[in-house]
Order: sequence, then structure tokens, then C-alpha cells
Amino acid sequence: MPDAEEPYVYKKVSTVVFGVLSPKLIRKIAAAKIVTPELYDKEGYPVDGGLMDVRLGVIDPGLRCKTCGSKLKECTGHFGYIALARPVIHISFVSVILTLLRYTCRECSRVLLPAAKIEQYADRLKRLGKDKGSDVMRKKLKDIINALRSGSRCPHCKAKQKKIVIEKPTTFFEDERRISPIELRSRLEKITDADVELFGLNPAAVRPEWIVITVLPIPPVTMRPSITLETGERSEDDLTHKLGDIVRINQRLFENINAGAPEIIVEDLWDLLQYHITTFFDNEVAQLPPARHRSGQPLKTLTERIKSKEGRIRHNLTGKRTNFSARTVISPDPLLELNEVGMPDIMAMKLTVPERVTEWNINYLKEFVRRGPKAYPGANYVVRPDGRKKRLTEETIEASIEELQPGYIVERHVMDGDIAVFNRQPSLHRMSMMCHKVRVLPFKTLRLNPAVCFPYNADFDGDEMNLHIPQTEEARAEAELLMIVDTQMISPRYGLSVIGCIQDAISGNYLLTKNGFSMSRQDAVNLLASAGIADSSKLPKKDVVAGKEIFSALLPDDFSFAGRSKSREEPEVVIKDGKLVSGVMDKNNLGEGSGLLLRNLHKKYGRHFALDVLGKVFKLGVAVLMKRGFTTAVSDTDLPPEARLQIQNVFERAEKEVAGLISHYNSGQLEALPGRTLKETLELKILEVLNRARDETGKIVAMNVEASHTIVMAISGARGTPLNLAQMAGCVGQQALRGRRIENGYYGRTLSCFRKGDLSAESRGFIKNSFKSGLRPAEFFFQSIVGRDALMDTALRTPKSGYLYRRLANALQDLKVEYDNTVRDSGGRIVQFSYGEDSLDVSKSEGGVLNVKRAVNEALEG
Amino acid sequence: MAKVDVRKHVLVPKHVKLSEKEKEEVLKAYSATIENFPRILKKDPALEGLNVKYGDLIRIERKSPTAGKTVFYRTVVLS
Repeated sequence: MPDAEEPYVYKKVSTVVFGVLSPKLIRKIAAAKIVTPELYDKEGYPVDGGLMDVRLGVIDPGLRCKTCGSKLKECTGHFGYIALARPVIHISFVSVILTLLRYTCRECSRVLLPAAKIEQYADRLKRLGKDKGSDVMRKKLKDIINALRSGSRCPHCKAKQKKIVIEKPTTFFEDERRISPIELRSRLEKITDADVELFGLNPAAVRPEWIVITVLPIPPVTMRPSITLETGERSEDDLTHKLGDIVRINQRLFENINAGAPEIIVEDLWDLLQYHITTFFDNEVAQLPPARHRSGQPLKTLTERIKSKEGRIRHNLTGKRTNFSARTVISPDPLLELNEVGMPDIMAMKLTVPERVTEWNINYLKEFVRRGPKAYPGANYVVRPDGRKKRLTEETIEASIEELQPGYIVERHVMDGDIAVFNRQPSLHRMSMMCHKVRVLPFKTLRLNPAVCFPYNADFDGDEMNLHIPQTEEARAEAELLMIVDTQMISPRYGLSVIGCIQDAISGNYLLTKNGFSMSRQDAVNLLASAGIADSSKLPKKDVVAGKEIFSALLPDDFSFAGRSKSREEPEVVIKDGKLVSGVMDKNNLGEGSGLLLRNLHKKYGRHFALDVLGKVFKLGVAVLMKRGFTTAVSDTDLPPEARLQIQNVFERAEKEVAGLISHYNSGQLEALPGRTLKETLELKILEVLNRARDETGKIVAMNVEASHTIVMAISGARGTPLNLAQMAGCVGQQALRGRRIENGYYGRTLSCFRKGDLSAESRGFIKNSFKSGLRPAEFFFQSIVGRDALMDTALRTPKSGYLYRRLANALQDLKVEYDNTVRDSGGRIVQFSYGEDSLDVSKSEGGVLNVKRAVNEALEG
Repeated sequence: MAKVDVRKHVLVPKHVKLSEKEKEEVLKAYSATIENFPRILKKDPALEGLNVKYGDLIRIERKSPTAGKTVFYRTVVLS
């Protein structure tokens, strides 16, 4: 927020410092010194000074921590330490050590940079370190030293420098002579604080000698708990095993040194200690065999706990999982309400809703407990007021019923009317997660009304969806008020309904409302009843009622509307005082994301009513088809012989025209279009002619195909287009690859069955046949080329555009419209001075515009 | 080659430097500090001849597909 002092923030993180623990600090934070690799004594009690020392924290329920006195889960554990007999190198800092050794003097430990140059570069290096990080800074320092180096003498004390090489993973050599960690440490100790800073290290947090470990902190037992197997045997954590190795070898090293053992033995043990400590930090070091269990499986040590997909960060922190959720295949059920979701009964018996026992519902809830987990609707758990959870089994049911009293919580099975959040991935917009009311149904799929497929972008070819059961009153109230399907009806993107009739609901309503449709009053009442309208008083009192009158029974009496439909015969849709006067109900009016009919209903009568009407319209459409019958057949694409003759004429004319163009081209008479070569001009002209021919056959087909169900689907917009029909009945048309006709695959021709240089229609991918009449081999091949190309294109483009959208959504996610209509980010920076430059809330508009005229009229009318 | 004056180009909207008084009014209207405003480089060709300095507020009047005409503000920065 601008300028204001934030009154509630009284401590603020200004910097975070990363460093290395000093031996002193390690000893100071340690609660215990670890001296023995033994874990437990004969009684099974942790040994004092052992790795499971009671001072390191509690892992047994009921016990209290020796150090802080807290119980399990309250005490986060305490570190211990071991003093190493000989120092050891920390594997993660080997590269830092190498740089430090190479670029400081072996005698005086100063940076190998003349004093004058240090002054000159210090500031610049520090600034670089601040901007780009210490790695870049160190690199720069190396470059400077390498560039200035003259000879191999230290610029300060003139001592001759030797070459330092590293033998991976942790051994350093200086001209063939091994540098022991002791020597290494004493060299690092001598580097001055000022020089340390040049290397991008903060000497207060990282003194270089601390990188060589002399004292090893022992992590608390809480981060390496042992588990008790069913056999009563104790199984220790991987880290404990590793630490045991370290302590054991360290102990032996001590003993050998004190006993004055030969140098070789001490060195061997020292190397072994180095190995154990290295693998304790990282068990996947190159050139080092990983430490293994007796079974041969590698130990999971510190680095492996954090790293990679199964590590703490990606697995536990970024990848949280939810309880009280379910997932299966979805299938349609038009008999459900739009805001309902059908849940399989077996799912309802696993998912639970917690219900608190009060003196008023105790008898009601006792019945659930009595039925237990196996009978529906029963209960799975009873939670006592102290938070103890008890699972209901046949044996415990009786005791639980006795025990039940106000204050207890019963986790009962999910029942009809419970609140659930339904979701389909990818959750690209807020309509991908909507709240539904549960209907428990037989069989094993989740079911939803097909009208809500569109916001979820779901279909039923095997899609799966997720369902979540909110567990608190607050969560349920929030879900129901903010996310229930009703609230999501109007899209915030374009201000129209995202929920609408699809498929047979559209064709059904189209047939019903088309002029000339009528049925007996008795049938009409039945029809309305199956759509969920019990009250048929809105039907006119006639023996025979028209389809439009039946549809009108769904509309409120004071509703008026004017719009357009797709139909050519009845393009004007007029609804006056709740009666459909003219026009048909097709995709333009009932479909998702189109037309203002649903938007106006929503505006005038509210979301609940609008959704209710939509649900009834949907059911009515389906019921009409059930009553009337609806199917499509190959015979729908039959053409009368005259029509076929007409089509043939079209082709003959087109072919002649193409041949004419080609001969023009060959004789050089063709004139090039501006900016095109002669060949391109020819191609364009041919393409134009052929496309015209295809369109003409389409027209002939449209005129001659009998009024069939296939046509009804295309005209009402339920499925398919007139072009699809033309391709089935008339001709498939020119196959175009990247906007051109099929090009040569062989030398001078597209396929070997054509003459070289043949530019005619059929040799370049024009398909004369229809899908019904069947394609010739060459035609089939051309179609396959284009089909494959389209398939590849979608397969490659979908992930690309998906990622593009994800990046956009993430970049914009915390932008917010403030009360003064400005758009600002979380830092209060202004992005737009007026939302969308017109300050219009699209979800309150109608298709992105405000109908000012009507608003004024309504205001005047009062 | 003749220098092109971008300010005369059709796609470059009108840039106006605000006086100190106008600037204060705008800041107050949006209850924001100058740091919260979008920025424009001092060397931006559209500011040529406006004689701007660091911290000045520029009003830009542009066409908008949704609102017809809108105003936008930018503060001058050096880099």
C-alpha cells in the first residue's frame, strides 16, 4: 500500500544470511556430546552419549524431552555433536576450497593480487557479488588474477607458488604431495577477513577454515525416527545408520592415534572417516561408491532427502495431497440438476462429513453410528471431544453408541444434498472448479449434467474428474455461496452464459419450436411432466397445442425478448409476455457462449431461476426426441438423380476451366497477379475455381437433400455443419496443405500414377468423390496427407499454447481491481488507470457491452 | 537520411508533460506515490522536445478499442 506505515508489521526480514556453522557454534547449540555408536542398552533404553540419546529429542509418545521438557510433536529436537579425531573436508564446499587454495599464497595466505590492485577491484567485485551472486564474483576474481599473474611468485611475499590439483572427490595435491585436511585447515585459517570478502564469502558467517569439519553436528532424533516393526524389532533410519558408522570409525581413529599406531593405519581410518562423512552429506557423489544397506540398496542421506522429484521440496512442499477427495471416470446424466453431481454409492461410503453431536441431533446421529461403516448411510469414525478419533467396526459400534454425547463428532457418510467441489484438470479458469450438490447413485462413475461439460471442457471418452468434500461449516458455506454452479453461469470473459444446451437438447428444442410442430394436449402434458413441469396450466386450453406453446410453458409470464436464430426461415426470435411468438430455439439462443436469451433470463430473474429454466429446457429437448424419435442414417445423404447430374455438370465445367487456365499458362498467355509469380498465379486461380466448384456442390446438396435428422442437426447447430454434410453427399473437395494444393512428392508429380508435370485438379489433391460414394486410392492418399498434418499440428500445438497460457496466468495472477477502478499489482504499482480502460465489469455486461437504452427505459418505467 | 519525427507518426499517441501542480493533482486522485506509476525512459523518442526531467509525469492520450479514448500516465525515469 502506498506511503502508509504498516501498523501491524513490527518485525520485518531485511536480510537472510547463509553461512557455515563454526565449531564453536556447533558445540554451543548441541545438547549432548556423542561418544559411542551403541544405540540402546540391554533393557532397550537409549545409551547416554549414544546416537539415540534422550537429550536429542523425543520420538516415543508419552515421554518428555530431557532437554526442553516438551512432549512429542511439541519438541522439535536438539542437535548433538561429535568431536572428530582428525578434521575432514565437507563435500559440498570442495570447489570453494580449491579456489581459495589456488588463489592465495601458500606461505603468507594473501590473495595473489598486488595490494594496489586489490584496492582497485574490491568495490567493483563487491558490487558484482551483490547483483549476480558470489559464484559470479568468484569467477571474476579468478579471471582478474589469471590475467595479472606474472610468473609463479606471490606478489606480497615473493614465495614461489606450486600447482594445486584435486583428485576427486576430496583429496588435494600440491605438486604430487598430498595436503592433509589439517594442513589445509591451517592454510585457510591464515586468510585474512578482508581477503575472504574478495572471494564472495562473508567472514562473519563463513570463515574458510570452518569448511573443514572438526566438529560434526548430530541431527536430532526427530528427523531420523526409528520405527518398530510388527515383530517388535526396531528398525533405524538411514541417517542413524550412517551416523553410527561415523561415530564408530571416529572412535577407532581416536584409539589408534592414542595407542600410537603406525601412520598407514591412521591414514586409512582417516580416509574411511572422510568417506563416511562425505556419504552422510551426499550419497550420490561421483567417483564414490554409495554407502549401502546390508540388502544392497543405497542409503538415503541428507542431500537425497531434499533433492529431486521424490525430495522434500518437490514431493512434500510443492506436492501436497488432499484428503476427502475422490476421482473416477465421468459419464453424463441429463436427469441430474445442473448443480448436482452423481456420486457412486461406494464412494459415498468412504467419503465422510463431520457432524457435531448436540442434544437435538443425538438420536439422529446415533442411527448413523448404529449402521456403522458397512451400511448406507452410516458413519466411519467417531471423534471424542479431546480429539481422539475412533474407527467404527462391528465390535466398537455398541460401545460408541453408548459413549456418544453432545460435543462428540460423528463422521457420517456423504448423503444427497451434501456440498462437494467438482474439478477437471487443467483448471484454466474459475469455472473449472465448481460446487455441486451430491446425489448418491448406483454404479461406479461420477455423473454430471451434460450442460456443464462446456465450462469444465469435459467429454465422456474416458475423462476423469476430481471431487472434494469440504469438512467445516465455513468451507461448506463458502463453497455454496461463492462457487456453486449457479454463480458461475455468466462468464467473466465475455459476459454470456457458459452453460447451455448441447447436442440432442438443441435439436430437440429446434424440432419442438419449429413452425408446424404440434401434438395433442395430453402428450404435451406428458412431455412437460418429463421435463420437470408439473403445472401445465400455462398450456393453452386446446386439444392440439403447438410446439412453441409447449416451450412457452417454461418461460415466466412477464418475460419479453427479441433476438435472432440461425434458421433462415424464422430468423427473428420474439418472445412476448412469456410466449414464444416467432423464431426457433437453436444454438444461437440455447447454446453456451452465444445469444442473449439466457443472459436476459439471468439478468431479470436471477441466477437460480435462469439455471432452473435452462435445466428444464434441456430436459424438454431430450424428452421431445424421446417421444418423436431421432436418428441419423446413411440414407440421409441420398441425392435425387437430377442433383447428381447437376453436380457432374459443375465438375465438368470446373475441369474445363482448370484445363483452360493450364493451357493459358503453358502458352504464356496467363497474366501474373501483382507480387506473384506466374506459377503462383496459376495455383491461386485453380484453387479458386475448385473451391467454387465445391461450394456449388454444397449448395446443390443443401437444396436437394430431403429434410432429414442429419440436416436438423446441422441447421440447429447441435452437431456438424452443412459443409460436413456436403462432403458426405456431394464431394470432399480440394485437399490443401499449408494453404496450397498437394505438392510434388515424386520427381515432377505428386504420385507415380500421374504424368510428370500434370497440374490438373485430380493429380493435385482434388477429391471429386463424396465420403459416401467412396474415395479413389489417390484421393484417399491425399486425404491422409492432410489428415496426418492436422493431427500432428494439434498434437504439437496444444502443449505449447498451454504453457504460454500458464505463463500469462501466473504473471497476471495478483493483479487486482481496486475500489478506485485502477488495476494494481501486489506492490501497489498501477497497471491500468481504469480497468479495461472503460471500467466495465464484463460479467455484469451482456456480451461485453452495456445495453444503455434498455437500462434507461427500465429506469423510466420504474 | 532525413530524421523521422516519431511524434508525428499515426501510431504514436499524444504525450503531454504535466506541470507540478497538475502532477500533484493526479497523484492525489490516484492516492499513489510517483513510484507506483508506470515508467517511461527519459530518452524515449516520443518525449523529444518536451524538455522532461526525472520524476516528471507524462499524460498520454490514446485510442482504446473498449473506451474510445483513454488517458494514461507515465513517470520519467533515467534508466
